[in-house]
Amino acid sequence: MEWEVVIGLETHVQLQTKTKIFTGASTAYGAEPNTQACDVSIALPGVLPVLNKEAVACAVKFGLAVDAEIAPRSVFARKNYFYPDLPKGYQISQFELPVVGKGEITIQVPETKKQAAYEKVVGITRAHLEEDAGKSVHGAVDGMSGIDLNRAGTPLLEIVTEPDMRSAAEAVTYAKKLHELVQWIGICDGNMQEGSFRCDVNVSVRPKGTQALGTRREIKNLNSFKFMQQAIAYETQWQIETIEDGGTIEQATILFNPDTGETRAMRSKEEANDYRYFPDPDLLPLEVTEEDKARIQAEMPELPEAMKARFESEYALSAYDAAAITTSRAVADYFVETVNAGGDAKLAANWVMGGISAKLNAEDKIITDSPIEAKALALLLKRIADNTISNNAAKNVFEEMWLGNADVDSIIEAKGLKQVSDTGAIEAMVDEVLAANPKMIEEYKAGKEKAFNALVGQTMKASKGKANPAQVNAILKEKLS
Amino acid sequence: MINHSLKELSQMLAKKEVSSVEMAQTFLERIQKYNPQINAYITVDADKTLTQARAADAVIAAGNASALTGVPIAQKDIFCASGWKTTCGSKMLENFIAPYDAHVIAQFDAAGAVNLGKTNMDEFAMGSSNETSYFGGVKNPWDLERVPGGSSGGSAAAVAARLCPAATGTDTGGSIRQPASLCGFTGLKPTYGLVSRYGMIAFASSLDQAGPMAKSAEDCAMMMNVMAGFDERDSTSLNHPKQDYTSELNKPLAGLKVGLPKEYFAEGLDADVAKVVDAAIAEYKKLGAEFVDISLPNASLSIPVYYVLAPAEASSNLSRYDGVRYGHRTAEYDDLMDMYMKTRAEGFGAEVKRRILIGTYVLSAGYYDAYYLKAQQIRHLIADDFKAAFKQCDIIMGPTVPSTAFKTGEKSGNPVEMYLQDIYTIATNLAGLPGMSIPAGFSHGLPVGLQIIGNYFDEARMLNVGHAYQQATDWHTQMPEGIE
Repeated sequence: MEWEVVIGLETHVQLQTKTKIFTGASTAYGAEPNTQACDVSIALPGVLPVLNKEAVACAVKFGLAVDAEIAPRSVFARKNYFYPDLPKGYQISQFELPVVGKGEITIQVPETKKQAAYEKVVGITRAHLEEDAGKSVHGAVDGMSGIDLNRAGTPLLEIVTEPDMRSAAEAVTYAKKLHELVQWIGICDGNMQEGSFRCDVNVSVRPKGTQALGTRREIKNLNSFKFMQQAIAYETQWQIETIEDGGTIEQATILFNPDTGETRAMRSKEEANDYRYFPDPDLLPLEVTEEDKARIQAEMPELPEAMKARFESEYALSAYDAAAITTSRAVADYFVETVNAGGDAKLAANWVMGGISAKLNAEDKIITDSPIEAKALALLLKRIADNTISNNAAKNVFEEMWLGNADVDSIIEAKGLKQVSDTGAIEAMVDEVLAANPKMIEEYKAGKEKAFNALVGQTMKASKGKANPAQVNAILKEKLS
Repeated sequence: MINHSLKELSQMLAKKEVSSVEMAQTFLERIQKYNPQINAYITVDADKTLTQARAADAVIAAGNASALTGVPIAQKDIFCASGWKTTCGSKMLENFIAPYDAHVIAQFDAAGAVNLGKTNMDEFAMGSSNETSYFGGVKNPWDLERVPGGSSGGSAAAVAARLCPAATGTDTGGSIRQPASLCGFTGLKPTYGLVSRYGMIAFASSLDQAGPMAKSAEDCAMMMNVMAGFDERDSTSLNHPKQDYTSELNKPLAGLKVGLPKEYFAEGLDADVAKVVDAAIAEYKKLGAEFVDISLPNASLSIPVYYVLAPAEASSNLSRYDGVRYGHRTAEYDDLMDMYMKTRAEGFGAEVKRRILIGTYVLSAGYYDAYYLKAQQIRHLIADDFKAAFKQCDIIMGPTVPSTAFKTGEKSGNPVEMYLQDIYTIATNLAGLPGMSIPAGFSHGLPVGLQIIGNYFDEARMLNVGHAYQQATDWHTQMPEGIE
């Protein structure tokens, strides 16, 4: 039987606010344990939550970015359960009435050996505001567990999708797109190691062609795209094999072990908590007015889709190039900065996606880590455009620049890469080459195009690669006609 | 001095007839003498109190005094007061020293008032007799065999026995008004949101409201001037303009329309209590008030609604007492779950546990709609009843409690009978309305209270109504025998 996997994601996005969602304590990462645990963070008797408006603005920004309904009135609810890192014994979240309703995100699933690239729309079910819990620290004190409440109360936006994805590739593409989007609109730093972006993935399988959803299992807390890919692949296979072996899938929460590449059940449905949600009486319903929305809309940066369209018209980039440049805000910023510093747009796009991207990938870096500043790249591109150096020579200069040398002109000088564009000099070289290769001239005149290329090659070699190839071509053609 | 009003005490201090330190000492001596019998205070700290009094004397000497500067006030042990043990009447917080001030405490501090001590209360404010306190029951100064009411029973007994000039209380279903009725003094529960709940240990957040407990309406008005006001640290605090609650005290009552809800005079009301209330109504007629019969058809549902909503909120509010960060933690345990269970089993008393269980049940999957949601719907109906009633009248009057103070132990075995103590007071909490109880007479030597319910933010008028009565009668000046 052919099987189909059905995947939905719940992503916890840590919002980039200075202070916590219900108190003025700092959200900075990495401080000494409990130095950011204020009276509210440790849930002293009598303390009360006060909503951080900055967190609300972040949620609204996200809603606007995915073209979602923003609820004019949403409600904070208490999710009750006991855990040492949950100081109040309940988490303030949103349950029945979330701040962001239905929306959508369009993803470009990359090509594979089996399939061409394609576009897909992933439905956003909802996004709601909530507070993060603290952390249990095991082993810091001998034989005991410590509690660090610095993170308790950090604002999160939980973004839930429809079960729209049909492969690990689609799920990962969506997660990457969401990861870029939340950074793009400035609501999340995207740092997955520090837990700023964490995905729970719901996976079920069903016979291909059927409509009913299978029983899902939820893989918790995936904090890398690679692990997500592996976890979904393993889980999908496990579910199919379990059913084919005559078993049934029980609803469960599971964990992925990156060391073994396997998933393991954490708790079954029976063991699941009854969270006893009810509206938090300490907080008024959250109201977002049309004016609030308009004000936040005005603060929104240009979104990737709009920027892509603009790059196509403004810089005459191909749709493919424009899409590639706008996959990340940082890349787009770098590109624009390069163009604004005088770099040719088409060349800039080629170099950003080509040389720079390759180097970054090889060194596992991102564009903001690039040792070549956009201004420096622009200068290099100028030297290509004004024929000072050839494209090939530029690669040589680029290697040097990557090592931290930003002075393009002195690199060209030092390496003697300046292109020869002096017609007289090139003519002299061509004459020498023609004189030394009468056989090739004969072959060319007999109709062998290859011979012409060989003559160009000889001339370039004679110029030590510095002759302007276009000029060499033109002069050769002229002399041979 | 002990029978003086806050205004008189304030004047004595201003005229330097007495210092704040002397005044505090007078009450501290009375506490030392009578508290072993009455058990009104959980914590008395003479050093702290006298330090504040000395500071107040300096302010007075410098000519910077305001109305309550130097006046000692007893604080219900539900308010966090920096450096003070704040127990909420529970073993769970037996040794909890608050590291910060509740809004109410800070307001009194800023006004120069002196904290006289922390008063006894039902555990986490759950009770109507003060018998659920971990620190022992409180005796009613009018009859030491009887309860003072609850949950603000310590504050009530302290005011009645003149162990303080005035005290603070909190009222979730009647916890200021019922003890005011049973101990014969004036207590006001303001409009929900008028006094910040910041630092006031939560029982049922949507119902809890702090208010003054004092001998007279005038005293309550002076305390309201300190306690009321917007506080951005409480999201349910209402941004209502500051007002002077003493400004309308002396308005004549002629033309005042008073509604008498027939449901508050029906079966269940003690006949002698009814007589006292009727006499008070007659007195009000003499003062020029007009009376109309009104109906609050859903009032009878108040108690069932309250005993779904309040425990639901409490079950969640009390989850933080888990032994992890502060408060009681069991001595020996095998693992985390064992620690949780033993800590909470030991730290909470029976009534608190009962309400946590009820609350947990009504919020559980499968029961939520039938209990919590239904109760919320009825809560709106009850509020609508009052809305309709206030189209017919300015003020609503009735008994505060169906009967007078009962004997210690009399109702402790029957929670439902205990819950009926609040049958006339709970509806105002559900509606968020202000309610007040003033002394209206006696039945067999025990005080009887008259309840005055006002529209939202109508505290000034309610205090006016109470004050006018207290100018014409002297019930509020009566003092229990045996206590000098």
